[in-house]
Amino acid sequence: MSVKEKFGLLRSTAVPLPGENIDTDQIIPARFLKSTTREGFGDNLFRDWRYDNEGKPVKDFVLNSSTYSGKILVAGKNFGCGSSREHAAWAIYDYGFRVVISSFFADIFKNNALNNGLLPIVVSDAYLKKLFRTVQNTPSMEIRVDLEKQKVVVNELEELFDINHYKKTCMINGYDDIDYLLSLNKEIRAFDLTH
Amino acid sequence: MNDVKPKTIFEKIWDNHVVKRADGYPDALFIDRHFIHEVTSPQAFDGLKKRGINVFNTLRTTATADHNVPTKDQHLPIKEALSRHQVETLRKNCKDFGIELYDLGHPFQGIVHIIGPELGLTLPGMTIVCGDSHTSTHGAFGNIAFGIGTSEVEQVLATQCILQYKPRTMKIEINGKLGKGVVSKDIILYIISQLTSSGATGYFVEYAGDTIRNLSMEARMTICNMSIEMGARGGLIAPDETTFNYIKGRKFSPQGESFNRKVEEWKKLGTDNGAVYDAVLKFDAADIAPMITYGTNPGMGMRITDRIPTVEELKEISEQTSFKKSLDYMGLEPGSQLIGKAVDYVFIGSCTNARIEDLRLVASMVKGKKKAANVEVWVIPGSKQVEEQARREGLDKVFEAAGFELRSPGCSACLGMNEDKVPAGKYCIATSNRNFEGRQGPKSRTFLASPLSAAAAAITGKVTDVREFV
Ligand code: SF4
Repeated sequence: MSVKEKFGLLRSTAVPLPGENIDTDQIIPARFLKSTTREGFGDNLFRDWRYDNEGKPVKDFVLNSSTYSGKILVAGKNFGCGSSREHAAWAIYDYGFRVVISSFFADIFKNNALNNGLLPIVVSDAYLKKLFRTVQNTPSMEIRVDLEKQKVVVNELEELFDINHYKKTCMINGYDDIDYLLSLNKEIRAFDLTH
Repeated sequence: MNDVKPKTIFEKIWDNHVVKRADGYPDALFIDRHFIHEVTSPQAFDGLKKRGINVFNTLRTTATADHNVPTKDQHLPIKEALSRHQVETLRKNCKDFGIELYDLGHPFQGIVHIIGPELGLTLPGMTIVCGDSHTSTHGAFGNIAFGIGTSEVEQVLATQCILQYKPRTMKIEINGKLGKGVVSKDIILYIISQLTSSGATGYFVEYAGDTIRNLSMEARMTICNMSIEMGARGGLIAPDETTFNYIKGRKFSPQGESFNRKVEEWKKLGTDNGAVYDAVLKFDAADIAPMITYGTNPGMGMRITDRIPTVEELKEISEQTSFKKSLDYMGLEPGSQLIGKAVDYVFIGSCTNARIEDLRLVASMVKGKKKAANVEVWVIPGSKQVEEQARREGLDKVFEAAGFELRSPGCSACLGMNEDKVPAGKYCIATSNRNFEGRQGPKSRTFLASPLSAAAAAITGKVTDVREFV
């Protein structure tokens, strides 16, 4: 009864977004959180960096450049800090990204991403640096993400990443936490009565 | 009992709420109390409808409207169509699923993290979640409280449980006497400036030490509130007499004999002697001064009389680019001082500092004085009850005489989602918790500080060392 896309092998070019501590208010500013559905947030992804006060695209912002595209976002350290808004993960996914690579993610963002089929990959600072360099030098370079083997490969450069086994299984099969929790209904009922 | 492993308060509460621990799975953690609001709940209710399931236990969920509500003319329909729709959707969902809603105009309405404690819904030993990162506020009562995303809101509505891996534990101990003009907001801004905005990521923090013990409940809430700003999953303080006295007699707290029994239970919650934390940090209260942030994350803070660091002074070279970008955004020079810098707006509000003690603190400072001509001052009470109390105490008169505007409760200018926004390029000294780019409105510039420092700036029109006043 899964509602999500399954995560298979991914090959794609990447979009580099250096800069540390990119917070959820940059990913999706609060004034765009007024929708009551999950769709359409991609239009306002990085809104205030992407468009100027008059709503015109900011030329040198990476999402507006014709140089970079792809399903992988490569971002600076401590990505997604700030609010718990899942809209941040929805916006990134809705825009078309399936993977975010960084050397450090804020906790809630990481959870939210995993709950929405967006794979957050933590790599070492050194690898992240090389990745930025590679993508910036050769924007057409494909990156390979192998979730099964927990591996990122670009141009012979390989890095293994950690993901907990349960979340990995959920991503690969498109499962939801709720499916598992619903199966515990009886135990939870009993617990509820005594607490 | 000697063979029992000593536990931290965090471990005691966590272990007490695990419904199921299975190999290869995160713990299924039972949630005692769930708070919801209009912004992060609609998609969760949608999910329930799609799956055709009900709310597991409606008595464990409480709703309020706070994030995008106007703080003026709350009795009128919300002007902005999308905000109105979101609040109406919350109304409908609460009605359809049978959840108690403290809607606009209700005497219990207010910012979700302010109403929980004041209604006695927030108690020691509980697990508490809300689709909002500042849920950590509730931890001041000695419980495990943390923010969750909308998918998790749906899980909790559907099953009263959440799947979680146990975070690591960190103890932050602060001892000593606080200096003149230093309040709890300064303590937490100081800690975050020392740890950076990601320094506690992956940890659940326990605040301890005699400085914390000597704080009131409301001051403790301010500290726990900002735990997330250093990346922590949450922050808590072991309950004591201060906690019990605060809880006693509140609307939904246990009454009479049942209260006494509960207190005996709560007394056992504190961390055992010999319990081990994954990290321990110690600070001296004497090192803390009135604080202010100068950058675009709460870790970029300093003593109000300090200079902003220069680029060369940064410890990590990799941070230089974001540092420069941040100061550009703020329109500030590296190495300069903030004292004397003119501000345009003063925002006293948010779940960090909009409780009655905060308003009293501000009033005590401005009584008989007037705001500077160049500033606009907004005082937004955290809840209807705080607003009523402020009026009963005549604080509204003090504010009015000073030229401050006391409005109705809501998140207001904390997040630029409702009508209260700071215009582009303007400086606002705010008692809220985030100074991110655009947080208070597109291109707005925020200095985070204590209610005392904000009040001082309101009077002088510029960043001011509050110690000159007290
Ligand atoms: S006051 Fe600010 S931080 Fe607190 S709940 Fe509202 S928006 Fe979030």
